[in-house]
Amino acid sequence: MIGIEHYVGVSAILFVLGVLGIFLNRKNVIVILMAIELILLAVNLNFVAFSAFLHDLVGQIFAMFVLTVAAGEAAIGLAILVIYFRGRGTIAVDDVNRMKG
Amino acid sequence: MELLRSLAITGTEEVLSISGLILLLAAAWGGDKASRAISIAAVAVLTVCAVLTAPALCQAAMGPGVSAWNGQFSGDAFAAFGKLLVYAGAAVTLIVAPAFFERDNAMRSEFPLLVLFAAMGMGMMVSATDMLALYIGLELNSLAAYVMAAFLRSDERSAEAGLKYFVLGSLASGILLYGISLTYGFTGSTSFAGIHVALAGPLSMGAVFGVVFVLAGLAFKVSAAPFHMWTPDVYEGAPTPVTTFFATAPKVAALGLLMRVSLFAFGAQPGVWQQIVIFVALLSIVIGALGAIGQDNIKRLLAYSSINNVGFMLIGLACANQAGAAAMLVYLAIYVAMSIAGFVAVLMLRDENGAPVESIAAMAGLSKTRPALALALAAVMFSLAGIPPLFGFWGKFVVFQAAVQAGLLTLAAIGIAASVIGAFYYIKVVKVMYFDEAADVVRGRSDVAQRVLLFVSVVAISPLGYLLTKSLGVLAGHAAAALFHIA
Repeated sequence: MIGIEHYVGVSAILFVLGVLGIFLNRKNVIVILMAIELILLAVNLNFVAFSAFLHDLVGQIFAMFVLTVAAGEAAIGLAILVIYFRGRGTIAVDDVNRMKG
Repeated sequence: MELLRSLAITGTEEVLSISGLILLLAAAWGGDKASRAISIAAVAVLTVCAVLTAPALCQAAMGPGVSAWNGQFSGDAFAAFGKLLVYAGAAVTLIVAPAFFERDNAMRSEFPLLVLFAAMGMGMMVSATDMLALYIGLELNSLAAYVMAAFLRSDERSAEAGLKYFVLGSLASGILLYGISLTYGFTGSTSFAGIHVALAGPLSMGAVFGVVFVLAGLAFKVSAAPFHMWTPDVYEGAPTPVTTFFATAPKVAALGLLMRVSLFAFGAQPGVWQQIVIFVALLSIVIGALGAIGQDNIKRLLAYSSINNVGFMLIGLACANQAGAAAMLVYLAIYVAMSIAGFVAVLMLRDENGAPVESIAAMAGLSKTRPALALALAAVMFSLAGIPPLFGFWGKFVVFQAAVQAGLLTLAAIGIAASVIGAFYYIKVVKVMYFDEAADVVRGRSDVAQRVLLFVSVVAISPLGYLLTKSLGVLAGHAAAALFHIA
């Protein structure tokens, strides 16, 4: 029988993978955008699972809002990335170092 | 009836969104030539909103009578206090921005709109009493702020600032959301009142994790150490008017949010978050003071100074009582005035071609070439350091007084010791301006709007500011009382 703890476990694993994806990735900013999406999906899984478990609709409505905002966030992230690429000609993470200190 | 009442309570949000959409049409129709007119209209809209907000603060509105949309929003005195500061920060940004961007031919008519929509999101942040309203307000502000940080497209540093702000801001939102999902699962509610009731009972491990994640996410947003690493880069890279904005309005909104979440939603379990807030406050004060030493860029220095000041404000939160919250709000209001004065002065530092001067070395001997500007900057530096005749001292004084009364003597002692370290770099800037050989780099003219803003904000942080202490204390008291009025 698959219970709430399995859903929360999978969601925790996805969340940790997403956070690690942001910090360990040294190659490409696009991968960071994917990692952010992964974090938001982990959150959504949590919301939907808890919503079903608690017999409360608020969690599912929250998940809808998160999906919508995630779409806007991805659009803005990619737009900033395009501007950045125009200026620098690269999107490697190690090159994002014009400012230090 | 309920619908009309709710609409009336969230009146400022409606004014901001509707006039924002109308101005968006005007911007699409008028193009970039209309950007100055749209900025003026946006300032007018913010003024109207401030007038609409002020009565709630003066009448100390609180309780279920000002709760709207089934407990999603509250139009209480606390929200009004936060909103007034947010609108002030946004209006100053709009006033100084056109002249700055026009020099690079980068003024676009969407800039004032981004500020308006961000201001609406920040208004939602300070008045949210439900996790859903909190999240939507936060994202409304953040999404506009990411674009604003990358607004100067020709400048590589601006695009890099936008990228860094976006990645770390989204990570912070993700952490915050994960915390919200855990608190929802383990308390069964997303409303602050519901979470408050649920947490009053026995505490589950999952709920503790939720509280910790929510606080970590919010600490990112207020740029408190150890989640501060984005702040210096974003403050340096973003165009200076946008940095002015980041240092004032979003900081107020995020701190207001943090206060309401910890004192109301998690208010039944102060033991869980108090230790975290004390740790974050001390680390921010120390890192803010040590990190600023050796910086040559004035915007970077002010970024570390903001980390340092957030640490002092969090001391007020660590008290977890009404006096501490009131002290924190007084500090917040004074900090906004100091930030506005500081960044407007930085905006006025220009070389003979009108290019911005950001290096502290280039400010050498400013007292001989531009005595008034040097005096204003010296007032800002002394005030940020908290040296007595200036108003910045009052903020630190009330916060430490609240901490001592709450029995947090160690915290107050370490805070005062670290503020002495902080005084070193503030006074170093004054020394460079007053006692070094004149570099004579700052030659650019400044416009009237900047001079008026600088004059007003410097008068507010000068010893004359002490005339305001009584009314500021009363208003902050109203706001803090509303925060602790649990229906």
